Amino acid sequence: MIEIKNLSKTFTLHNQGSVVIPVMEAAELTVARGECVALTGASGAGKSTLMRMIYGNYPAAGGSILVDGVDLVTAEPREILALRRDVLGYVSQFLRVVPRVPTLDVVAEPLLSVGVETEAARDRARDLLARLNIPERLWSLSPTSFSGGEQQRVNIARGFAHTYPAMLLDEPTASLDAANRETVLNLIEEAKARGAAIIGIFHDEAARDRVCDREIDVSVFTPGMAA
Amino acid sequence: MTPLLKVENISKFYGRRIGCKDVNFDLYPGEVMGIVGESGSGKSTLLNCLAGHLDPDTGEVLFEMRDGAMRDTVTMSEPERRMLSRTDWAFVHQHARDGLRMNVSAGGNVGERLMAVGARHYGNIRDEAIDWLGRVEINETRVDDRPTQFSGGMQQRLQIARNLVTGPRLVFMDEPTGGLDVSVQARLLDLLRGLVREMGLSAIIVTHDLAVVRLLADRLMVMKDGHVVETGLTDQVLDDPQHAYTQLLVSSVLQV
Repeated sequence: MIEIKNLSKTFTLHNQGSVVIPVMEAAELTVARGECVALTGASGAGKSTLMRMIYGNYPAAGGSILVDGVDLVTAEPREILALRRDVLGYVSQFLRVVPRVPTLDVVAEPLLSVGVETEAARDRARDLLARLNIPERLWSLSPTSFSGGEQQRVNIARGFAHTYPAMLLDEPTASLDAANRETVLNLIEEAKARGAAIIGIFHDEAARDRVCDREIDVSVFTPGMAA
Repeated sequence: MTPLLKVENISKFYGRRIGCKDVNFDLYPGEVMGIVGESGSGKSTLLNCLAGHLDPDTGEVLFEMRDGAMRDTVTMSEPERRMLSRTDWAFVHQHARDGLRMNVSAGGNVGERLMAVGARHYGNIRDEAIDWLGRVEINETRVDDRPTQFSGGMQQRLQIARNLVTGPRLVFMDEPTGGLDVSVQARLLDLLRGLVREMGLSAIIVTHDLAVVRLLADRLMVMKDGHVVETGLTDQVLDDPQHAYTQLLVSSVLQV
């Protein structure tokens, strides 16, 4: 489902002395349907960078990233947009929303994008929000004023609204208490059971051990650090 | 899928000065392209060349007509281009008064476009006009008022209603929120976002405001001194800019 070959990445900061920072070299990774692979490595090793490259958010310097047969390194913008809408979901570390949209609509949006009818999309959103313990009185409010943990749960609800065949999860259990962490782990297990290929970053070792089948330490891809 | 619009080698010179040079891109149905750049970058020149307001010196602007044929709108006859701009195309100006008839009522401004494409039944036209005014949050009670009696934000929303009532497939927008108060801008952006999604519009939006493109545009072109220096998915260009100028632009934006 997800296949990465010989991937490399360099940052060039033109306005800061033209400093060139190579961050990744010869990265390889394969994730099959129903598998969950954890990216590990110290802070700054390149875990989020790799995840953003898989999403097409950061361009690659070389190599290939195949998701459901589409190579994000060479695909046209519209192919990547379609992939993100139908196939590849991404739950980032921080909730980023249009400031004035109610929580219910924030969560329903991915379903509206794939053509689900409004009320059905909202029903699914209600289910997820209830499961993630977001009180009903908050559903009509914009999540921008919520606490960090509440925002993260809205973020996750949005990420799991549509049944993506491939998912990228960046610290999904951060900022959550034990009960909510349990709910999120259940959501991940359900996604695996229906055949989703998942790549996750978990600083929480217990969470990682519970849902991930394998671990990849991204530090081995850092230039100059190969074993 | 075939592109809705194919822009090939568009250049425009003002004497020896470059307005814009060698612009190429394809736009697909439902895609929103943002064009950003600072003052003098050539973005408005480019937009006006694409929309037929200016004649480019080189290049073609191929549009997929309703019958499926790709026609070069640069060499189209004036009457044909005018018809296009009243049906399949729309242009939202920065200053609403450039896109409205200020001495005609709000309802009239919207209804006029319907009449231009053949609508004849007064009652139906009025109903549809009122419906559209509602969609842009202009109260029914204002339907017979002139735009001169509206606030800037309301005038802009009226301009949008007037432009979208004929169900265009491609909308050009020149700084659609420029000059409006911040809260009014916010409401307008939300409105545009909803309409673009609901109607499956393709749009080309020129702006100097990166927050506007982040919100509205799928793809982004960055212009400097008449040239396109970078292009790509909006989130990619803003989160990991590759060109020196784009990096400068992105790092200059103040965080709130």
